Amino acid sequence: MAGMELLSDQGFRMDGRKPNELRRIRFKKGVFRQADGSAYLEQGNTKVLAAVYGPHEIRGSRGKALHDKLLINCQYSMATFSTQDRKRRPRGDRKAQEMTSHLKQTFDAVVLTELYPKVQLDIFVEVLQSDGGNYCASVNAATLALMDAGIPMKDYVIACSGSHMRDTPIVDMNHLEESSGGAEVIMAILPRCDQIVFLEMNSRLHEDHLSGVMDHVMVGCKDIFNILNQQVQDELCQKTELDKIVTTG
Amino acid sequence: MRETPLSNCEREFILNFIAQQKRLDGRNAYDYRDLRIAFGVSLGCCHVELGKTRVLAQVSCEVGEPKQTRPHDGVLYVNVELSPMACPSFEQGRQSEEGIELSRLMERCLKESRCLDMESLCIVSGEKAWHVRVDIHVLNHEGNILDCASIAAISALAHFRRPDVSVHGEEITIHTLEDRNPVPLSLHHMPLLVSFAFFSQGKFMLVDPSSKEEKVMEGKMVVGMNKHRELCTLQVTGQMLLLKEQVLRCSSIALTKVTKITELIHEALDKDKQARLKGEKHGFAMLVSGDRVTANRLPTTEVKVDTLEISDEMERSQSSSEDGESQSGNEPMEEQIVATPKESAVEILTKGVGVIGEGGTSTWLDIPQADSKQTAAKKRKHKLEKMEEGIDDEGSSEEEEKVILK
Repeated sequence: MAGMELLSDQGFRMDGRKPNELRRIRFKKGVFRQADGSAYLEQGNTKVLAAVYGPHEIRGSRGKALHDKLLINCQYSMATFSTQDRKRRPRGDRKAQEMTSHLKQTFDAVVLTELYPKVQLDIFVEVLQSDGGNYCASVNAATLALMDAGIPMKDYVIACSGSHMRDTPIVDMNHLEESSGGAEVIMAILPRCDQIVFLEMNSRLHEDHLSGVMDHVMVGCKDIFNILNQQVQDELCQKTELDKIVTTG
Repeated sequence: MRETPLSNCEREFILNFIAQQKRLDGRNAYDYRDLRIAFGVSLGCCHVELGKTRVLAQVSCEVGEPKQTRPHDGVLYVNVELSPMACPSFEQGRQSEEGIELSRLMERCLKESRCLDMESLCIVSGEKAWHVRVDIHVLNHEGNILDCASIAAISALAHFRRPDVSVHGEEITIHTLEDRNPVPLSLHHMPLLVSFAFFSQGKFMLVDPSSKEEKVMEGKMVVGMNKHRELCTLQVTGQMLLLKEQVLRCSSIALTKVTKITELIHEALDKDKQARLKGEKHGFAMLVSGDRVTANRLPTTEVKVDTLEISDEMERSQSSSEDGESQSGNEPMEEQIVATPKESAVEILTKGVGVIGEGGTSTWLDIPQADSKQTAAKKRKHKLEKMEEGIDDEGSSEEEEKVILK
């Protein structure tokens, strides 16, 4: 595309951000009253809703029940108006199913599943507006929804995307940067333990750059964690009217 | 059909074995199984065997309209078919999660890594372009379908030739195969997938897991690389938590594997090309190895059974036997002789029953225990007395008394 540079000479991206700058994050917990836990998250122009129902008895086939663990059931869907062109998205779309299974695996690794044998937990994620970073926003929103529902987890799960462009690693890409064809690294980590729960990379990236990009994405995840954690704790303080919450570790 | 689950004993055994840095089939942790690549008679057909896992890939092409968002590019379709032929637990009508994961990974490996030059597939911009289709069929599933499928797909793409097209102004001619030689597809690079299986929360890692190891593993990582050290795809799945160093280590291991396999693919392609040029036989006929016995007699196989101790004992007891007839005395001798315990020595329990190695006492036959030599000697005397009474019977069994243990 002539005339449009993803990274200008001054070091600014298309939307005016610096390479390691995140998009604006706003969120709200408890947006649904019927759901056990819910959250609405905005990352730049990407807007995602997450709802959690459970833990409850297994619906449907009893055969799927795990005798020693919680069964996590995920559903990811994009609204038809979420992208630039209105597309009727059948639920069984390959990409949506892949996203669903990735979300399920991510939360299987983080939720303390041994505490709820033979029951089921439902996580529903709906993308209202998609502008890049769908998986990341979904994971972050689902984490908040799980916290709202009171499901015990090992830690927050924070996801962020990153890439390598003109020798500069960039963080938190929007749709334009994603579809430009450069490599994209998506990571979901536990920010306090530095452990990777999910890692995905698309397109071509030279091996030498991998370490640098991963580091930057981890830093991006930790920044997102700080933003989310700060607001969550503030809200909790307001509700319980404490001055502050003492955090250990 | 539901697959029989792995028993707890097997699971524990495999995990303990892996913890001791060993694998069931004797490989090292980072070793691949035997890889065999063969091409079919038709162009673009490739059959890959990785151990017992077999995958067949076929490339075909037809002319169609390019995508509206990309009018200057051709279109590539990748499809992975899992049929019950590969594994009874696969169902017809691919909907299983595993099938979708495989398809998506193959798509990402081939399409999003830009290995195929899509612009060269364009005939008339915005109107006509080549639609290339890669169909991957899994013939047998013995673990690690993904690596096998990626090797098959890339080899098939490299092997395929599309019909030549010439454009004269407004006229487009697609030449038939007889008219002009078909043209190969332009592959920028060869991305190959390498699978890693993780056990015990990421402590142990294996390359190329077999089907049993796959059932026991906790997490899997797939690294797609080409030999130029470019990562084409990376995916971590499963329920484990990894550290950054593990990911980087895996990518460096993957590099060595990918370079080796790329060489193998080039070798196979060259061999096929040479065979076609010379007019020699090429195709799958060379690959199929029948395990049939095509003769009336199997060649005698040498089985090494250590019997030195027994023959020594026999000679010693022969010289010390009270009975003059050494031959008839041999039989009871052999019954009583217990070979000095050595690892591969055969222990004779009763007539026609030998024991090699450990196994414990047999609970099926009532076998007289010959623990000490004293009791054996006593029994020998007892038997000899019996022998003297019934020599006639012994005579008939003279022929069979020499137990053949060669």
